[in-house]
Amino acid sequence: MSDTAKVDPKLLEILVCPLTKGPLSYDAQRQELISQQARLAYPIRDGIPIMLVDEARSLDD
Amino acid sequence: MIAQRRAYPVNSCCSHARRAYTGPMSDADSMTVFNRRRVRAHRDRAAAGWSGFDFLKTEVVGRLVDRLADIKRDFRIALDLGCHGGEVAQALAAVPSIAQVVATDLSPRFAAEAAQRMPGLPTVAADEEFLPFAEGSFDLVVSALSLHWVNDLPGALIQIRRALKPDGLFLGAILGGETLFELRRSLMEAEMGLMGGLSPRISPMAEVRDAGGLLQRAGFALPVVDSDMLTVSYPHAFRLIQDLRGMGETNAVLASRKAMSPSGLFTQAAERYQELYPDGDGGIEASFQVLYLAGWAPDESQQKPLRRGSAKLRLADALGTEEINPLRGGN
Repeated sequence: MSDTAKVDPKLLEILVCPLTKGPLSYDAQRQELISQQARLAYPIRDGIPIMLVDEARSLDD
Repeated sequence: MIAQRRAYPVNSCCSHARRAYTGPMSDADSMTVFNRRRVRAHRDRAAAGWSGFDFLKTEVVGRLVDRLADIKRDFRIALDLGCHGGEVAQALAAVPSIAQVVATDLSPRFAAEAAQRMPGLPTVAADEEFLPFAEGSFDLVVSALSLHWVNDLPGALIQIRRALKPDGLFLGAILGGETLFELRRSLMEAEMGLMGGLSPRISPMAEVRDAGGLLQRAGFALPVVDSDMLTVSYPHAFRLIQDLRGMGETNAVLASRKAMSPSGLFTQAAERYQELYPDGDGGIEASFQVLYLAGWAPDESQQKPLRRGSAKLRLADALGTEEINPLRGGN
């Protein structure tokens, strides 16, 4: 695994927020997928989106 | 490994599932059987040493993916749901019509393990109870030995159906209710003897009948369920438990937290196991019942039963016989 591992663009086309099934926006800088509806940011680690609510960062904190 | 195969037709009488699986996803009081954090912790722990314990998964994946050979349809994009080390993804990569496989696991460590074994495989950590995929994303969803850990199986099946394109196929393998019946009985007898009571030590699992009904209720067309019994020999019960831990399959029932294990319980259970289920070679036998589920996302092109009462021929004529009591025929 390297730090340069990027999320596969094909994934970005099909991924939605697991809670709301709403759209996600990709923050390449922070390596996060952001669900505005759920107010959550899902981390991407080594190119693997971690779509678990437990691991997501709240946008309101 | 000995395998016995039994097939069960799914018909409309399956609607009375024996175990209630129908509650809403958020109803933690009555419907939450499994501690999903613990399931994830077990899987995270198993990921590190997975290659020593993947025999059951590998065996089941072979049998599951073989079924695709009989199906004349191109599947372009497929999902390996609950991927462990990416065994399904690897098998699907060999299917000519499949151009793209995506793999997910509840355990980020297993997701990373799959990505490492298959460089270039798009991998996601995702909870089967909260799928992060847009409607109509996949032509095929394959899940081998993961969905028996889901609390809300109907909910998970509905989400799978939605993630499929119309006429997309779901193939799943889960452990069935007869799994580890030997261990269940040995533990039960030892615990009754020591404690005079029981606590849940082995996870509840679905029955064949339930599985068919669940597929239907989740909106799958042409559902089929069948089952295999895999019998594995172990030198002793402790080795079996070690294997279950290695597979990430140890108990994650919420209620088990309260139940302490009395000292000597497992030793007694192991002795009882040896007496009850010897393999004839000094060891013991352990059974894994695998239920295979298949269902299609509905599509206009699929075969459907004719409307009731639309028959143009009498059954009696087709059989070349006489109707005995035509007045009692209707209802």
